[in-house]
Amino acid sequence: MRHLPRTLLAAALAGAALAAVAACSSGSGSASTAGSGSGGSTYTFWDPYPQFDASSNWGKTVAACGTTAGVTIKRTGMDTTDLGNKALLAAQQGNAPDVMLVDNPVVSTLVSAGILNKTTDLGLDTSAIQKNIIGAGTVDGAAYGVPIGANTLALYYNKNVLKAAGVDPASVKDWASLTAALQKVKAAGKKGITFSAIGTEEGSFQFLPWFWGASGDLTKLNNAHGVAALSLWKSWVSQGLAPNDVLQNTQTTSWQEFATGSYAFGENGTWQLGNAAKAGFPYGVISIPGQNGGSAPAPTGGEFVTVPVQKDNSRYATDKKIVDCLISAQNLLATDTTLSYVAPTAEVQTQQVQANPALKPWVDAVAAARGRTSDGLGTKYPVISQQLWTAVQSALSGSQNPQAALDAAQQAVANHQG
Amino acid sequence: MTLARADRPQRSPAASRATATATADARDARRRRLRGRLTTWAFVAPLVLYLAAFYLYPLYRNVDLSLHHYTVRSFVDGDAPFSGLDNFRQVLGDPTFWPALRNTMVFTLVSIALQYGAGLALAVFFNRRFRLSGLLRALFLIPWLLPLIVSSSTWAWLLNSESGLVNFGLHLVGVAPVDWLTSPAWALNSVILANIWIGIPFNLVILHSGLQNIPADLYEAASLDGANAWQQFRRITFPLLRPVSAIVLLLGFVYTLKVFDLIWIMTKGGPGDSSTTLATWSYRLGFGSLLPQFGPGAAVGNILILIALVFGLLYIRVQRRQEA
Repeated sequence: MRHLPRTLLAAALAGAALAAVAACSSGSGSASTAGSGSGGSTYTFWDPYPQFDASSNWGKTVAACGTTAGVTIKRTGMDTTDLGNKALLAAQQGNAPDVMLVDNPVVSTLVSAGILNKTTDLGLDTSAIQKNIIGAGTVDGAAYGVPIGANTLALYYNKNVLKAAGVDPASVKDWASLTAALQKVKAAGKKGITFSAIGTEEGSFQFLPWFWGASGDLTKLNNAHGVAALSLWKSWVSQGLAPNDVLQNTQTTSWQEFATGSYAFGENGTWQLGNAAKAGFPYGVISIPGQNGGSAPAPTGGEFVTVPVQKDNSRYATDKKIVDCLISAQNLLATDTTLSYVAPTAEVQTQQVQANPALKPWVDAVAAARGRTSDGLGTKYPVISQQLWTAVQSALSGSQNPQAALDAAQQAVANHQG
Repeated sequence: MTLARADRPQRSPAASRATATATADARDARRRRLRGRLTTWAFVAPLVLYLAAFYLYPLYRNVDLSLHHYTVRSFVDGDAPFSGLDNFRQVLGDPTFWPALRNTMVFTLVSIALQYGAGLALAVFFNRRFRLSGLLRALFLIPWLLPLIVSSSTWAWLLNSESGLVNFGLHLVGVAPVDWLTSPAWALNSVILANIWIGIPFNLVILHSGLQNIPADLYEAASLDGANAWQQFRRITFPLLRPVSAIVLLLGFVYTLKVFDLIWIMTKGGPGDSSTTLATWSYRLGFGSLLPQFGPGAAVGNILILIALVFGLLYIRVQRRQEA
């Protein structure tokens, strides 16, 4: 009988361990009921803005929209690359969030996974949204989300550096004049241009204006137009007009380089406007020139509000209220001001330009911009983009010449689709 | 498992004593035996549950993923068709496979060799107790204590081609800057360098404790016989350290084979595939683009596990032979 207490103790320990395991699994289980259970007054909301906490304007806007819809919103911000994967996993386990804000090229992937609702099925009104902006979230003619704002790329320039080198920014009209300007700047002892050619989606995003500016075709990466664009970047890096570390630059580190004040040009996005004002030197913005003049089409950036498919249909009514609130003109203005984005509707754009005339070139740039997944590319885009940034990396690092790098990329895309 | 074995001897005498005169005794014994077994399982259960939940299930899922053709839709719906070894075939036929395998081997073997060499040299050095040796040894542990993201980011910053400290140093002595992380010729060497730095403390600590287990009188006897320092190292230290060395090398191999974060933070496997290893390639396939390829990604992961397994078995064989 002396053994009994020990047996009991061991059994209790094992039981406790079991309970702990069960508690862990029920922990995630209860999250799933919060996500898709019926009658719960808590709605889950994911966004790629981990930089904003509950006390930020964005956090307050989301919370207020929950209150308007009569529910409490549990908001989770996560890294943008994380968000797509987490969304797929959550959908697989049947606990997708009620409302989710995702980066626009992710929308078509999530649609192909069958986890997003059409905006028409939810009864959302998207008629006021600019066509080229919502295009990134449109698959087979149906929109699967509403853009919360848009951004795009342009060239920031440092007025001091250009003045010292005797370059008139108005003279930059095509690639030849831009390269000539960079050479003048280099001759004056300053640095030319910085951009991001990192081996991620950011690298492709930054390369696209040049690629499209040469009339490149994403379905034929290795034609002469695409090669011309890659050769331009390659020649800048090998002539020292652009630094070698563009290969590692994210758009943020590229901005930090430009903000040191020693670069003449920096390719960057709408979202840096706030930082540009703080950079401590006078700056200007020009659109990215096409190969033979004119403005090159830049890709649209920005996030879409989406409503993932739920088991429980009764949640959609509230989801719609939350989305309607987030995309109301008043909230769009507030949100896009916070994010330094261009609004997706003409009405709010006008208000933005009235409040800040410096936004005018950006509004024009967004109007001329193109969705990466538009024109029926959809889920082909991620495959193409990955090969495109790989080609950019190979060419700029000197492992392959631009033609060979793009040939390999096109071959890899063909293998993947075949 | 040892518990189960330990109570076996008790059981057989109890069973053999089961005669007609002692039925009550036998029942008592049976009850005790049952209780003993329950106790055993109660102790083993947490471990078994833990292993099943955190080792077996993920492993099973990974094998399962690598044998099905997953698209994003079938991943969500869970109805991916069985595709046999197609994913493995795709991975083996990919132009990235051989460079990645070669890089993995170079990365692992060079890292281990230099980590072990430096670790052993430092361990022997610190084994002669001198003033501040404890403090110095503690300082050498820093790379091990730093979170990988901190040390990798610091290395990436040091080796930056434009603003890195290393190139600045080279500039001061009149050497042209090197594109440590952005040239295909240097990228792999740079991540190996950083990995060696991170791995030295582990080797130092284990080898140092191994050295302390070597009896001092052996060295005394050797020096009486007129053996010099090198002969002592060669004939006493190195052979007696062999079991410790074997485990250090095996653990080092497994740790280094799966290094992912360091490379991903420093070069993302680039430029091109020049610093891609199987570990970073597996991640890139699964999570690196907007459109995940779970099947091939899992297949690469399984290949990596197989390689580690082969070396694990090799270690066990070598160890058996040493014991025999």
